[in-house]
Amino acid sequence: MTESSVNKLLNGDSCRRTSNGLKTSKNGFVKNHCLLQQPHKYRRPRDKQPHGSCEALYKKPFVESFEETPLMVAVLTYMGYGILTIFGYLRDFLRQWNIEKRHIARERDEQKDFVPLYQDFENFYNRNLYIRIRDNWNRPVCSVPGPKMDLIERSTPNYNWTFEYTGRVLKDVLNLGSYNYLGFAENKGPCADAAIEATQAYGVGVGSTRCEMGNLDIHEELEQLVARFLGVESSMAFGMGFATNSMNIPALTGKGCLILSDELNHASLVLGARLSSSTIRVFKHNNMQSLEKLLRDAIVHGQPRTHRPWKKILIVVEGIYSMEGSIVRLPEIIALKKHYKAYLYLDEAHSIGALGPNGKGVVDYFGLDPKDVDIMMGTFTKSFGAAGGYIGGKKELIDYLRCHSHSAVYATSMSPPVAQQIITSMKIIMGEDGTTLGADRLRQLHENTTYFRRKLHDMGLIIYGNEDSPVIPMMLYMPAKIGAFGRQMLKKNIGIVGVGFPATPIIESRARFCVSAAHTREMLNTVNISDSWQSKYVRRLKYINETLTYYK
Amino acid sequence: MNFKNLREYLAWLYYQYLLITGIYVLEPWEKSIFNSILFSVIAMVIYTSYVFVPIHVRLALEFFTRMFGGQPESTMTLMT
Repeated sequence: MTESSVNKLLNGDSCRRTSNGLKTSKNGFVKNHCLLQQPHKYRRPRDKQPHGSCEALYKKPFVESFEETPLMVAVLTYMGYGILTIFGYLRDFLRQWNIEKRHIARERDEQKDFVPLYQDFENFYNRNLYIRIRDNWNRPVCSVPGPKMDLIERSTPNYNWTFEYTGRVLKDVLNLGSYNYLGFAENKGPCADAAIEATQAYGVGVGSTRCEMGNLDIHEELEQLVARFLGVESSMAFGMGFATNSMNIPALTGKGCLILSDELNHASLVLGARLSSSTIRVFKHNNMQSLEKLLRDAIVHGQPRTHRPWKKILIVVEGIYSMEGSIVRLPEIIALKKHYKAYLYLDEAHSIGALGPNGKGVVDYFGLDPKDVDIMMGTFTKSFGAAGGYIGGKKELIDYLRCHSHSAVYATSMSPPVAQQIITSMKIIMGEDGTTLGADRLRQLHENTTYFRRKLHDMGLIIYGNEDSPVIPMMLYMPAKIGAFGRQMLKKNIGIVGVGFPATPIIESRARFCVSAAHTREMLNTVNISDSWQSKYVRRLKYINETLTYYK
Repeated sequence: MNFKNLREYLAWLYYQYLLITGIYVLEPWEKSIFNSILFSVIAMVIYTSYVFVPIHVRLALEFFTRMFGGQPESTMTLMT
């Protein structure tokens, strides 16, 4: 897409700017005061690019694609679910009348006259669809989950109701499921040595919370390092990433506040928002017009019955959404936030360490000022090879959270070897240990991402998400394909994660690849998805155009 | 994808059928039930079409030729 075609509105006018930045229509009247103007005519769906007024906010092209489900595939997927539902009813009938042995959880005879416990769709789906293919999940890993791992082989005598170990171990299975973006999940090297020294100095358990006796000097060092890494005034580290979100949002907002959260936010953000008892409104995924409309409505109408102004408005978004592979439109959100005076909570669980020229996350990727984001949250699980979460922001905010957050007051503080692992890996990424290891890993991750995405796209598979995100969901759509794909890949010694309902919409099942800096090109070349999947749904014309430009 | 012989190609087609209809995840006895039902329905459709389609096509052609068959001669005589 060239810049000129994006700057023109689709009815042929080009964007003309008035002196104060508002857009005019043909006869000179200002259309409306919306910051992000919606195009008037029908756009070709699913090619999401920033339009007209906000093109200037993005320094490099923002290419995301969420190709639509082909109609035939959607029909066949529904048909497949229909057939499996009929067989599910048949099996439930047989179990009810004791014709076949029952393995499932069921109510006791005394409870039969009460409200049924297992009759809803979730339980039906669980016992008739999920259990049939559940040998693709919860596979026991018996080595370091690095670029390659060892799995314990399991067999099942009764179609996945129970499992037994065969005694064999599958060695060197290529690991495309672990969130190991920079390859720090290893048991040798400077991080592991430093963690061993920390264990010998401090032990493993802390035995107290941060507020009582659990505040070690290694925690202080970690927090100062994290604040320096992110470019904020101060930060605080917690022992668990989920608890960071769910326990800190209630400390920040309460009754009388408004939370605007993205459609596809993670369960920890949703739980934290619900626990805070604020009003929650949801905007469409990464859709800035929807967010702006909600902001305008909230400010104009105020709280629901009394119409008083909201105490605060908090916009909650994630850096990279792990099920879609999409990156948040941060420049536009920051422009909106400043215009409407709201606060921004950015959850960089997957993007810290993985995006940006210096690995400093999505703020670095877009080249923005970290001080514009009020609360920067992230986890250490994904790129740093440890566990835990952090929150960074202004000093007053972090001091407030140290006293008022449930996680700080009640949860045990981070274990010292884990904290040391984070300190060492963060220093490597920043380049402060004196080697170029960090820069090499960042570059390798970027190369692997581009190469793998290109490779899968050239095969004609539908890939969701942004071009730069290391999370690559590949669409499978049909329920039987999730199970079959997982098993076939394991036979070829590749371990992947298949995702279906309820984590995704019911017809959009996918397999999710997570590339790592520790993968080499030979490892990625072994992933050869043959034509037997018939998953190559990309529209023929686009596929042909791509191959022609590639071979030119 | 190159298939060495017809057998391999048929096995691939059967695998695609299992994946698309979702039968792949079912136990063997459920697969047999579904396959036999589907096979008997298809057999009945083929038999019915074999018995009735030629008769219906012939009747339809007769109907249409009778409706338009008388026309051309009468309009020609009117015009000349």
